[in-house]
Amino acid sequence: MTSTSTTSPAADAVEHELDLTRPSGSRTARNGCASAFMVFATLLAVIPLVWVLWSAISKGIGSLLSASWWTSAMDSADQAKWGALHAIVGTIEIGVITSVISIPIALLTAIYLVEYARGKKIARVISFAVDVLTGVPSIVAALFIFALVVTTLGGHQSAWAASLALVILMVPTVLRSTEEMLKLVPDSLREASFALGIPKWKTIVSVVLPTSISGIITGIVLGLARVMGETAPLIVLLQFNQYFTVNPNTPTFATLPTIISNAYTQGSADTPTVWGAALTLIILVMGLNIIAKAISRRYLRRMGK
Amino acid sequence: MAKRIEVKDLNIYYGGFHAVESVELTVEPRTVTAFIGPSGCGKSTVLRTLNRMHEVIPGAYCTGQVLLDGADLYGKGVDPVAVRRNVGMVFQRANPFPAMSIRDNVVAGLRLNGVKNHKALDEVAEKALRGANLWDEVKDRLDRSGASLSGGQQQRLCIARATAVEPEVLLMDEPCSALDPISTLAIEDLINELKEKFTVVIVTHNMQQAARVSDRTAFFNLKAQGEPGRLVEINATDKIFSNPTEKATEDYISGRFG
Amino acid sequence: MAEPNHVAEPVSDPATPDAPRRPSAAAQMKPPSRTGDRVFLGFSSTVSVLMAVLVLVIFVFLVKAAIPALTDNDSNFFTTRTWSTDSSPLNFGIAALVWTTAISAIIALLIAVPLAIGVALFITQMAPKRLAGPVAFVVDLLAAVPSIIFGLWGSIVLGHFGFLNGVRSVLIAVLGWIPIFKETPSWSDVGGTIFLASIVLAIMILPIITATSRDVMEQTPRDQVEASLALGATRWEVIRMAVLPHSRSGIISGSMLGLGRALGETLAVTLILQQVSQMQLKRLFNPSIFTGGDTFASKIARDFPEALNDPKSLGALVASGLSLFVITFFVNAAARTIAERGVKR
Repeated sequence: MTSTSTTSPAADAVEHELDLTRPSGSRTARNGCASAFMVFATLLAVIPLVWVLWSAISKGIGSLLSASWWTSAMDSADQAKWGALHAIVGTIEIGVITSVISIPIALLTAIYLVEYARGKKIARVISFAVDVLTGVPSIVAALFIFALVVTTLGGHQSAWAASLALVILMVPTVLRSTEEMLKLVPDSLREASFALGIPKWKTIVSVVLPTSISGIITGIVLGLARVMGETAPLIVLLQFNQYFTVNPNTPTFATLPTIISNAYTQGSADTPTVWGAALTLIILVMGLNIIAKAISRRYLRRMGK
Repeated sequence: MAKRIEVKDLNIYYGGFHAVESVELTVEPRTVTAFIGPSGCGKSTVLRTLNRMHEVIPGAYCTGQVLLDGADLYGKGVDPVAVRRNVGMVFQRANPFPAMSIRDNVVAGLRLNGVKNHKALDEVAEKALRGANLWDEVKDRLDRSGASLSGGQQQRLCIARATAVEPEVLLMDEPCSALDPISTLAIEDLINELKEKFTVVIVTHNMQQAARVSDRTAFFNLKAQGEPGRLVEINATDKIFSNPTEKATEDYISGRFG
Repeated sequence: MAEPNHVAEPVSDPATPDAPRRPSAAAQMKPPSRTGDRVFLGFSSTVSVLMAVLVLVIFVFLVKAAIPALTDNDSNFFTTRTWSTDSSPLNFGIAALVWTTAISAIIALLIAVPLAIGVALFITQMAPKRLAGPVAFVVDLLAAVPSIIFGLWGSIVLGHFGFLNGVRSVLIAVLGWIPIFKETPSWSDVGGTIFLASIVLAIMILPIITATSRDVMEQTPRDQVEASLALGATRWEVIRMAVLPHSRSGIISGSMLGLGRALGETLAVTLILQQVSQMQLKRLFNPSIFTGGDTFASKIARDFPEALNDPKSLGALVASGLSLFVITFFVNAAARTIAERGVKR
């Protein structure tokens, strides 16, 4: 990093000689301070993650280790026999419903923006709308669905309604990542396909999408992980349930996050059940993140990066 | 399997920009015609209008006629997709589909257009790869990704892919410009064989290559920067390189500009 | 091509004489049809346009649900600090919510931005590649932790962390003369305060700011870095001369995105903040961060179960949700504008 004496004040003393020692004291000191700050900031950023994980594991692992956690709901009179099966199933069920609705919408819109409307005015209008949707706070999305489904259409709270609110949150994230992935597909592949007399839609389905599929899946998994941990729509559009149900049409429906929020409204948050739910949720969400990471690594390798 | 191309009063535009001006030329079946000229003279643009590939770029359009054995490619009700099945194209950079195996790359045009018979597809793959002088090099790894091949092999794979749909005409847009000399030689040999079945039009920057592979050569030029490109002269390759009619052609051939 | 040439020609192929003599596979191709393209384009464009319409629909529905409550409101919506929607006429306003939301998000930003820049610099400029990848992944994982978990951890674990009480005492002793850091009676530790919520918010938005900053820092032109190195610059000087100027707009837009998220964050804040009674709100305005309160989001989340069956109370909450929507919209729009201007440069 150091260069010839011309940049160092020390050179004045020793003329005509090359000074390859460290730069002057204050510069080295400033460099040292900056480096120390970077390391300090990084450590400080890692601490909360480790700490959160440690708290969840140390306080919640006990619940997870008992078999009843995975096999029963919270319907027993004996709190020690409580499980989270109903909430785990509920969280996954809502995640699946949300994905099934969101993925086609996100993919079709991304395809339209990249493959059909690139550079057109309508693309800018839609892009702007997607930007606005990306910034919608989850509680606002929940209020909207409540105003639509319950107040206007006369429906009731349900897992369907909660999923719809989550769709508003999931579509923009999946859409944006899909858009990025489609843009990474070189135009030369599209041209090669057109030159073979393959229609445009077939080109998109059979050439463009397969080329970017793992990148798109990464985005989907990350979007899913985000909505699975999202709680605000669930407290607005669902009521807590201690019993096992898979019917998405009932107003009482349990999920992992609402075990926690419900405990707060009951006033007893620091319990093994709550921390067990937290730990289970963390495992679920982080698992999805690690899967996404693995898929994207394979994808980047194939794209030669 | 080969057809005559006639281009009549072809003008090409990108939005408001007039890219190429009134081109008139004829390409005979089972011949190789080379398009040469300085960068930006519109030779690649003209090539892409021969199978309506220029339409992929937003805002591009053209006027005039391109006749394939008398049928106008720009006539009413003509589907560009149908045009491209009859007029195939090989690009400057080899572009095999990365998500497909070597075999699937070759038969992509057929498979994605509804041919399902596996045996027939396998036969086509072998025939097209043999036709592209690639069969012996890849026959043991047909299921590997096309991206695993070398640059020259990839380009021959793309040629095999283009010929597998049995077009009438094969357009090549500087197919060797990204390749080393040995791979280039292999492709040039291949072009000599291809003309027995196809009408070949090749754009090249390399005048020696034009002299080696083509029967006829068309020289394109710009009057000045910002002016549309135009066809200066088209003639037998021997004539162009020994005794061109136009002064501009001679200047270009002898390396005085461009 | 009036008639596409798919006539089954027998293949007589001199190049490969061993080829079977029967109709070629190319002749089996389906004739081109526009139907597939039309259906696909129609479908994808319809869905896209509906997406754009959805934004308007959300806005209209929120306005529609808020109007009855707003017309029945006896107090000024923007300047009133109290919230009473039990009986008609209503008396509610968002002044207290605006303050708590803004101050908690801004303090979170003040904590998170320097740290995020440090982490991003560490990842892009300092760490060896083998370390940079895992560190980046760990910071991304921090973003993956659901906000309710941060709320739970913040209120139960971090809220009882003695060190923070020490920080609180120091701040009160040194900066207590500033109203924001004024000591508030009956709030003797950090539990339930805006201060604690800000720290947790800072942890939550750190990954977003880090990720955006990292992206722009990685794109610092190589030649600028090398030019600085060739002048004999130290690592810090390279960062100051080449990396930071280049990534400034990216850092700002990342910070705005983080701000947008902090403003709308719901569960973490709801679980951490303790409410302040209406009586206290009615009295003098207390800007201190060493007290509780409610943000837009936490107010809605907390009051919603009770407002469920009362359209007026619900409308009042929707009105505050609408305000939040508008505020985050402008913050995010600013972030985008800054980012785009950076790209153009």
